[in-house]
Amino acid sequence: MIHVRLQAESFDAGAELARVEALGGGGVASFTGIVRGDDGLTELLLEHHAEMTRAMMEALAADAAKRWDLLGVVVLHRHGALAPGEPIVFVATAATHRGAALDACASLIDRLKTQAPFWKRETFADGRQRWVEPRASDDAAAARWLRDGG
Amino acid sequence: MNILYFAWVREQIGTGHEDLDPPAGVRDVRGLIAWLAARSPGHESALRDTSRLRAAVDQTFVDLDAPVAGAREVAIFPPVTGG
Repeated sequence: MIHVRLQAESFDAGAELARVEALGGGGVASFTGIVRGDDGLTELLLEHHAEMTRAMMEALAADAAKRWDLLGVVVLHRHGALAPGEPIVFVATAATHRGAALDACASLIDRLKTQAPFWKRETFADGRQRWVEPRASDDAAAARWLRDGG
Repeated sequence: MNILYFAWVREQIGTGHEDLDPPAGVRDVRGLIAWLAARSPGHESALRDTSRLRAAVDQTFVDLDAPVAGAREVAIFPPVTGG
């Protein structure tokens, strides 16, 4: 089961997780990314490319499902204007054993960060706006999965 | 050719989309960027430093040396920051 969604609306991470837990695997891993309100942040805008972003999410999910022989994978990513505390991204993976589920989940979130075409703009309480710059540590995290074989 | 801009590139240029016919001398993404940069002060400002730019031709990520002949869509943007 591969399920990918790109949407403006919020989602219920608990309900999404329950769907993956019901697949009969012995191990389920998940990650939920949430907007932080650091430094007086009032809004996080996620810009995306309508076709390319969805295609990349689907390609990354399919790649993980094949590499780790997953029973199921769910990848959700939001776009548009989000407030602190709101969920941005959700990944869940089900496998026979914990190792595959944990590695696949970590790989997917690392690769989404550096390979899926999203751009984040922060707006702060004083009106300042700033586009988020990529971090070398994010590239290193994603490269780890490529170096390990895909 | 459908040219797309994202994030601060889009903001500085003032639009997310232009439909243009580059001259025959424009062979690769780098050449296209140089040609686009002359269109307005906003273009110049957004496109001046190519080390800060990434691109996709027909929705596939490419190096700036990739050819653009026959491309329907070229997207120009900063490095991605998803997740």
